[in-house]
Amino acid sequence: MQRDALAALARRTAPVTQPAPPGVIAALRWACARDLRLALRSRSELALIVVFFLLVTSLFPLAVSPDPELLRAMAAGIVWVAALLASLLGLARLFAADHADGTLEQMVLAPAPLAALVAGKVLAHWIATGLPLVLLAPLAGLQFGLGADAIGVLVVALALGTPVLSWLGAIAAALTLGARGGSSLLALLVLPLAVPVLIFGAGSVESYAAGLGAEAHLSLLTAGAIAAWVLGPAVTALAVKIAHE
Amino acid sequence: MTTFARFWYRYASPASFYPLAGRLIPVFATLAVLLAAAGLYVGFFVAPTDWQQGEAYRIIYIHVPAAWMAMFVYLVMAFWSAISLSFHTRLSAMMAQALAPTGAMWAFIALWTGAFWGRPTWGAYWVWDARLTSTLILLFLYLGYMALRASIDDPRRADRAAGLLALVGAINVPIIYFSVQWWNTLHQGATISMTAAPKMAETMLTGMLLLTFAAWTYTIAVALHRVRSIIVEREAASGWMSRLASPERPPAADGSAPSGAAAR
Amino acid sequence: MTPTGTFDGLEARALACAAGYRTLFASLDLRIAPGEWTMLVGANGSGKSTLLRTIAGLARPLAGEILWRGAPRKPDDAEWRAQCVYQGHAAGWKDAFDVRENLGLQLALDGLRVPRAELDAAIDRVGLARQAKLPFARLSAGQRRRVSLARLSCSHARRLWLLDEPGTALDADGLRLLGELVDAHLRAGGLALVATHQPLPCNATPSRLSLDELRP
Repeated sequence: MQRDALAALARRTAPVTQPAPPGVIAALRWACARDLRLALRSRSELALIVVFFLLVTSLFPLAVSPDPELLRAMAAGIVWVAALLASLLGLARLFAADHADGTLEQMVLAPAPLAALVAGKVLAHWIATGLPLVLLAPLAGLQFGLGADAIGVLVVALALGTPVLSWLGAIAAALTLGARGGSSLLALLVLPLAVPVLIFGAGSVESYAAGLGAEAHLSLLTAGAIAAWVLGPAVTALAVKIAHE
Repeated sequence: MTTFARFWYRYASPASFYPLAGRLIPVFATLAVLLAAAGLYVGFFVAPTDWQQGEAYRIIYIHVPAAWMAMFVYLVMAFWSAISLSFHTRLSAMMAQALAPTGAMWAFIALWTGAFWGRPTWGAYWVWDARLTSTLILLFLYLGYMALRASIDDPRRADRAAGLLALVGAINVPIIYFSVQWWNTLHQGATISMTAAPKMAETMLTGMLLLTFAAWTYTIAVALHRVRSIIVEREAASGWMSRLASPERPPAADGSAPSGAAAR
Repeated sequence: MTPTGTFDGLEARALACAAGYRTLFASLDLRIAPGEWTMLVGANGSGKSTLLRTIAGLARPLAGEILWRGAPRKPDDAEWRAQCVYQGHAAGWKDAFDVRENLGLQLALDGLRVPRAELDAAIDRVGLARQAKLPFARLSAGQRRRVSLARLSCSHARRLWLLDEPGTALDADGLRLLGELVDAHLRAGGLALVATHQPLPCNATPSRLSLDELRP
């Protein structure tokens, strides 16, 4: 009976027309929805990243001094470094799991544009790991005694900067697929490239606190975010292809 | 095809580049020694003592060329990486691989000499000067490149992955320099920066330029030497290497040419 | 042959591939016409997977060219990717999803719009109806392979099948299913290049390509 069913299927799907390859938006939606669904299934893993972030911000006053003036001056920098380290934690899961079980290979070979698939993955990754950091930054800001308006600047800067970190991390994660060295290699590749984001991100709050206004920093961060979204997909797609050679 | 294009195509294969590199190394090495001797003489004996900083300032004759070379070598590395990614050539990737350790060395030297300059000048070995900090980040970029290369087993994949990293780094280097400069000016106000070079006497400039060219020719010589060992390592399996490896027999008693000479 | 006289199948000329520093094979010539399939044999490490991956477009050959329907095959071309199915060693399924989700996602990626009923029918055809909602981690290796068969059963529109050891972990019934799938595909005018250690119960006789003989 199975044989007849198969024969019937073969007759029905005789190659008359090719299936339509998914377009850019469809591919992006497919990848984003899939990765978000996967993230929902491993909620505990994501919670760990957020806990790590709060843990690191709590370490600094313990290690340095609880002096409120000092903490307020260092607040933006500490929050940014913690966000950077926390995002490094989450990067390993961006491509490594898909690479290990072969689904990434199928994405490379799929007729859908790989850059769009990759963009969908990075978007989902940011929503799952970057956005929580942005939303929790006010908490860290309160820990350090930042004023409400400074916290606002911090949140905006993080919202603009964390996607850039995600893209830089995506390129590094793709390049290190199948390479020895693990997360330390990833950190060595990402951190130097992330320095401008760190400088402009943390600098925005300091500049605002100094009365100079944060517009310059935030506009540079915006430019960086746009450049990351425009250039990131193609570069990351190339890196993923290289990893499969 | 123009002569230049013919030259380019001919030497684009590792097999023909290998002997050419071998012939070029002594040329560049000699140049490097001569230029270094001239530059050091000018820098340490001819150029006048700086009225502000005394004799200690002379370390900039090594520091500045080293910092320039660190940056320049990275750009050349990125250039060869771009060529290898676009045209799938092996030799350009090997050239990039050969340049990286030397570039890292220049960055390291720049940092050390910067520290030795900082101590007598400002009393501290490390001030977070814009250029020193940028050079530090550049050193990390070099180390990342070399680490990535070392951690991928397949040589062609290592070529392409490291090449892409070098390109991404090269695009980021101006952004990094700009951001560090921004950060530095915001925090230190008037920069006591090494980039604000004192009004240089002409001899000082001559000394620095001589040493820069010396560093450049040295880098070329070392890179050519290194690329030869990379070629040996990677092309060991192909036929032309074994023809090269067979020892040259001494000329026969009647003066005829030895057989088994090195392959072209 | 198409009316213009070009060969309407897969062709490889003087193909050479390497893995790391080692050249695996050289001067490989391959010709598969529509409705035919080739069995790829060779010892472990002889380059079967590398050949399949090179033809699929994942890896670059050292030398030689690959032609599809008379024109050089461009791996970045979406047209080419739409016409070939590659199933490698890695199964290509996520443990976190169940059978139906996995299959649905993969077919969507393939560009097929498969309604729920047909999805269930495909799962049923490979004998996994009862396991459809189980998490993937609970399936045995053979059952996971059958999900790959379900994907193949919906992929007859893609003319070239590149299969790397599709019979691994399959029981006799699964192998029979695989054979029928390949037969159905060939009857519909498709081509297949299958690397396998064991013969497949196929009606169509394959031509053999042994990589052991092509080692340099």
